[in-house]
Amino acid sequence: MKVNGKESKLKESILLYDYLEQLGYRTDRIAVERNGLIVPRDNYKKCVLSDSDTLEIVHFVGGG
Amino acid sequence: MTEQEYKDICVQRFGIEIYERLKKSRVAIAGLGGLGSHIAVMLARSCVGTLHLIDFDMVDISNLNRQEYYVQHIGRPKTECLKEKLTEINPFIHILTDNVRVTKENLQELFKDETIVCEAFDRADEKAMLVNGILERLPYIRLISGSGMAGFGDANEIRTRKVFQNFYLCGDEKTDSGDGAGLMAPRVCICAGHQANQAVQLILQ
Repeated sequence: MKVNGKESKLKESILLYDYLEQLGYRTDRIAVERNGLIVPRDNYKKCVLSDSDTLEIVHFVGGG
Repeated sequence: MTEQEYKDICVQRFGIEIYERLKKSRVAIAGLGGLGSHIAVMLARSCVGTLHLIDFDMVDISNLNRQEYYVQHIGRPKTECLKEKLTEINPFIHILTDNVRVTKENLQELFKDETIVCEAFDRADEKAMLVNGILERLPYIRLISGSGMAGFGDANEIRTRKVFQNFYLCGDEKTDSGDGAGLMAPRVCICAGHQANQAVQLILQ
């Protein structure tokens, strides 16, 4: 799998939500694109990742 | 000053083709704090024809260290105060205002007529709410977001990056105002400049 431009081996299928939690992301502060398409927030717990996926994860910080 | 005089000066500087494209363009700005108020001023000076300003908040003393407001504005809606300022800068600009808090319920209705939106909220979860909502439901919009401009660290770490197809991110993507690194005018304005410049690029490309 490719995550934010870097190769990352995915040993077994995993839910996107669980993967994000493992990486320590706060799911209310991110946007995720999978294979060039935005993943709707309601689908984080339905979307199953595979090793052929490309993910872009944007994490927002406060201030403006 | 007449509209013709104003136009002549802009045409002299930018050329007629660029002026016409800017004049016909429209940009929405969600949040009129440190980022949004400066983005609006820069786009008004750049002859963008229509600005859609959205914020629910009133001007507060705590805004004066980095936002485009004065003591005389304290206690008044940001939409109203900024509209007055922009009209002083460019009397021929068309300004639409919505004095509301953006939610995932109203964002589709608020932004459906837009093609370029600058996200300029303060809170990280609200930034994420707007970005996800627009990318999910209004995918034709080109969205420019600001994230990471707190403190007084290296100004050159603030950059613009095309992250997704229609999504540009400006900022250092790290410094969080909640981590004790308060917001200071220089880096907030630099980030606002990145966002405004990206909007102008999208209009003129």
